[in-house]
Amino acid sequence: MSVYGYIIIMALVTYAIRVVPLTVLRKPIKNKFLRSFLYYVPYITLAVMTFPAILDATSMPLYGALAFIVGIAFAWINGNLFVVEAGCVLVVLACHYLH
Amino acid sequence: MEEEKVRQSQNKPDSDEVIIDLPKAGASFFRGMRDAVPIGLGYLAVSFSLGIACGNADLSIAQGFWLSALNVSSSGQYAGIVLIREHATLIELILMILIANARYMLMSCALSQKLNPNMPFFHRLLIGYGITDEIFGLEIAVPGYVKPRYAYGAMLGAIPGWAIGTCLGVFMGNVMPPVFAEAMNVAIFGMFLAIIIPPAKTDKIAGVFVLAGFIASFIASVAPIVSGLSSGTRILILTVVLSAIAAVLFPIKENIEEEAKEQVEAFEAKGGEK
Repeated sequence: MSVYGYIIIMALVTYAIRVVPLTVLRKPIKNKFLRSFLYYVPYITLAVMTFPAILDATSMPLYGALAFIVGIAFAWINGNLFVVEAGCVLVVLACHYLH
Repeated sequence: MEEEKVRQSQNKPDSDEVIIDLPKAGASFFRGMRDAVPIGLGYLAVSFSLGIACGNADLSIAQGFWLSALNVSSSGQYAGIVLIREHATLIELILMILIANARYMLMSCALSQKLNPNMPFFHRLLIGYGITDEIFGLEIAVPGYVKPRYAYGAMLGAIPGWAIGTCLGVFMGNVMPPVFAEAMNVAIFGMFLAIIIPPAKTDKIAGVFVLAGFIASFIASVAPIVSGLSSGTRILILTVVLSAIAAVLFPIKENIEEEAKEQVEAFEAKGGEK
């Protein structure tokens, strides 16, 4: 499948998710399990996608590990998205020039 | 004051629609746009790191643009990039996107309570495209029913930033010195951490499952058999299994659709809108 094939399939699936409840269902999801499942999915999927993938994102796994720790610390203390992103990026840069 | 004028001039062409002006009633296209511009600027910066990830998966600027313009989702798109990189199968792709973006279903259900049942059907097809966490946040905050044109203004204020930021990310990833490009690779993970860690401070259960996600994902990447699976498949399986466990053990209480409906009813009861 070509890259555009992937993009189009993704777009169709995402659009269906967004538009079916708005056009067809038109009512709240009552099922408690489903509601809870949907609540937890974003946290868990982002966590799963972040670690250990961050270790492979840098030339040395150690740099990624440090970026991961700093990212968590910054997010815990401040929470501002740009502060956290910049913190992670600067750690890797610092590793390169200081290691 | 200015806003009043804008809204009134907006109201002239379709005089069959009587709008009672309330503060923050969000009736106009321009109001939607104005509310969404800060979101669009945020998107511009956030999708930059997504563009970097696109570049790493060898996507072109044009492919990055279409990916963002057609999907408008951060975690779903990133999961998609992982799958594109691994040449995943069609089934894997569909399942992964369904799961990663399933939460939009919840938002869409909530928003369906905030749309006038009598409005022309095609509006729903267009408004649906623009349901992101942030745009949904604007729409759900509007008292009473959401006017389609408010939603369109919000979409036009925010979504271009998402697509343009992605293009910039792909471009910069290609032209940056390698050391900087490598450092930028971790930006998207910083973004993910900034999304999941702060709520984990207040919602202890979500926090525990974030931690469980880190650990399980690490184990799955080194354990025999499981580590042989593509990382896309591992992400999919772990997300489904852990979320299901969390949902069974710790079902949530709050109900955003009911709140949305109550909001509309309370607004109507006050004679706010027809």
